[in-house]
Amino acid sequence: MLMNSQDVRPLPGQPLPGFAVPVHDSQRVFRGILDAMAHPGKIVELTDLPDAPKALNKASVAVCLALVDFETPLWADDAISAQAQAVTHIQFHCGCPITTAPEKARFALLSQGTDLTSLKAFCHGTDERPDLSTTVIVQAEGFGGGEDVRLSGPGIKTETTLSITGVGTGFWQAVRDNAQRFPRGVDLMICTDEAIVCLPRTIEVED
Amino acid sequence: MDGYNFAYLDEQTKRMIRRAILKAVAIPGYQVPFGSREMPLPYGWGTGGIQVTAGVIGQDDVLKVIDQGADDTTNAVSIRRFFARTTGVKTTEKTTEATLIQTRHRIPERPLSEGQILVYQVPIPEPLRWLEPRETETRKMHALQEYGIMHVKLYEDIARFGRIATSYDYPVVVNDRYLMKPSPIPKFDNPKMDNMPALQLFGAGREKRIYAIPPYTKVKSLDFDDHPFEIQQWDENCALCGSENSYLDEVVMDDQGGRMFVCSDTDHCESRQSDGHVGPMGTQQAAE
Amino acid sequence: MYVAVKGGEKAIENAHRLLAQDRRGNPGVPELTVVQIKEQMSLAVDRVMTEGSLYDRDLAALAIKQARGDLVEAIFLLRAFRTTLPRFATSNPIDTTAMKARRRISATYKDLPGGQLLGPTFDYTHRLLDFALMAESEAPDVATSPSNDEALPRVTSLLNAEGLIEQENSDDTAPVSDLTREPLDFPANRDLRLQNLARGDEGFVLAMGYSSQRGYGNTHPFAGEIRMGEVEVVIEPEELGFAISIGDITVTECEMINQFKGSATEAPKFTRGYGLSFGEAERKAMAMALVDRSLRARELGEEVQNPAQDEEFVLYHTDNVEASGFVQHLKLPHYVDFQGELEMVRNLRAEQAHVHAQEQMLKAGE
Repeated sequence: MLMNSQDVRPLPGQPLPGFAVPVHDSQRVFRGILDAMAHPGKIVELTDLPDAPKALNKASVAVCLALVDFETPLWADDAISAQAQAVTHIQFHCGCPITTAPEKARFALLSQGTDLTSLKAFCHGTDERPDLSTTVIVQAEGFGGGEDVRLSGPGIKTETTLSITGVGTGFWQAVRDNAQRFPRGVDLMICTDEAIVCLPRTIEVED
Repeated sequence: MDGYNFAYLDEQTKRMIRRAILKAVAIPGYQVPFGSREMPLPYGWGTGGIQVTAGVIGQDDVLKVIDQGADDTTNAVSIRRFFARTTGVKTTEKTTEATLIQTRHRIPERPLSEGQILVYQVPIPEPLRWLEPRETETRKMHALQEYGIMHVKLYEDIARFGRIATSYDYPVVVNDRYLMKPSPIPKFDNPKMDNMPALQLFGAGREKRIYAIPPYTKVKSLDFDDHPFEIQQWDENCALCGSENSYLDEVVMDDQGGRMFVCSDTDHCESRQSDGHVGPMGTQQAAE
Repeated sequence: MYVAVKGGEKAIENAHRLLAQDRRGNPGVPELTVVQIKEQMSLAVDRVMTEGSLYDRDLAALAIKQARGDLVEAIFLLRAFRTTLPRFATSNPIDTTAMKARRRISATYKDLPGGQLLGPTFDYTHRLLDFALMAESEAPDVATSPSNDEALPRVTSLLNAEGLIEQENSDDTAPVSDLTREPLDFPANRDLRLQNLARGDEGFVLAMGYSSQRGYGNTHPFAGEIRMGEVEVVIEPEELGFAISIGDITVTECEMINQFKGSATEAPKFTRGYGLSFGEAERKAMAMALVDRSLRARELGEEVQNPAQDEEFVLYHTDNVEASGFVQHLKLPHYVDFQGELEMVRNLRAEQAHVHAQEQMLKAGE
């Protein structure tokens, strides 16, 4: 990219460095995401990620760098949008349009602790094209250490347990509601600084 | 290869393919339209599988490519060479060593394990296409889960032949929702797809579709209570390794009706032979 | 003893060597140069550029040389190269009204402003083999008045002034679909259909257009205007904010004028079919214009009952790179599936023989 991380301390509002070796770093991060999407609920560690600007975490930035580009409009919630550097950083590296209309977003970025009431507003695709739905990147504090939820569905051998800290209270209910719309629905990528968990629309959350 | 990116495709194309793969995994069995690119190999010769593999492959992968179950068939050789040239990754003929397996028409005999990815080359992804040629119609049928015409077709087979007369590319239902074509694998391989620990990805380049079966997902071959799904069986064993339960190729020996049967999965057959198994026409290999 | 066939890799290498040898032909004959192909096989170059969706005469000529003159193979080579090219910009629409025309004819008017200009055409040649060309010949005398600097108003604009022809949507700012980036989706808009036809196989598009003339969807076409010549390609990079010309290309444009009997809400008027190709590819541009008009059946409220009006049928089967690949993939080994079919047919025959034998026994017992 245009800057060298050693020499330049970016000004507020300026982008930070992206992937060190974009071709291979994007592939590596994608494989982590694919592993997570193929095994819903599995905590997949992502290592050697570039720094994240304020309001974003490393894994959520890495997901954007790996998957978002000029063909995929991105929506960010108010807390993230308020951080000029966060938006500049993503836009600079991904070249993606930023949309304020959640139903037009192919990717969405949510702050840590957000309740997921906003999920309803995103694109859920249609019965004919369920793949056109928004992929929602939800930032969280960590995995484990909270209340365990039992999960099952495609990609899970029998069942698995997962706890997430730093998400809103309505989180699991929103995930359940989302699964009701199948085959329509959004797919969630829960990101922390070091790891990612995917909760696609096929996930079954046990009560 | 000079002048070309790692794995041939440019990064924007890879991102597009990767996004399609993720949606495919999230909606098991649903065909995701994608902006399939022109590849330097002909359409119909594995361009969908090649694009999926190119989207997924990384420097640490170990790649195996098979066609008809064999690593040495010309098209498998050609595709393996393509990736060896464009990525420099390690290639293997051993199913157990591979992290990524691209296949045409077979699933390896040896059960795949968690973490492996199986990429299928798909000629016609739409299971309803030969019953309804219009994409606008079949898309609606999938949306409504309206698969009656497929059941009628299979039932007509039974009425006419006393059995379902489909021996390959036998339709399956994935996760109790989407009707899916497994690509032209023999129906012998269908049961392997059910609850497979490995991730299964399907690429149709000319038809511009990607679909997937996540690991541990229910895959059911269509059948009727009074006509349950059955796989092919042979009276013979593999002539080289003696295997009693692998898919066999019939090899014509002369023009007098002489023939022999050998495993279609060449790695499976060779591994068995080096483990000391020997068929009626084979020779003892692992004596030590 | 049987040994599984080995040596695929070696066989492929040998095949490639044989191919290279046959491409070169008799080494006693001087090798054909790319420049010669570009200059003297220019219509082949034009077809390869048109269906290859890449305007580059040198690369198209190279592809033809490499493909031993197999134009579909050459188109494939050019397309496979084209996919690897980064996109810097999208050009503004080319302005064919401002074309420096070398050929311009209209079948609907005896004469018209700017005049009829035959230009370099096979039309009116007598198709007699010219044995003089068996020997290498001198360059012919330069023809006079090869181009026309006069403004050439469009025939369709003349009709438009009278309100006799449908208005063309001239929204140049609307986003344009690109089927090399997004797969076909139906119903397909006209921009997508035109792109598909422009890339489509000349033979297929020609046959489809021909079928529409023979009664499988008669659209009563008149060749309103055909023009061929040079147009400027202009891009407007966002960072610059103004337009710059990046060069001239040769194109052939055909506007067909077709009858439309009108509907409950619309008065009778003429409708349009449009064709455009790179270089001189007049047959293609005309066929494209016929098929374009046929495919507009849905939007014009005409009944869709013929192949050339059926957008799924036409658009899914125009592409010769796709078609050639899939037809020829039947050469690949299919012995695993064939084995399944063998087993099935043998079983079905055995069962039928069994049933037949039982019937015979029952009959004999009666």
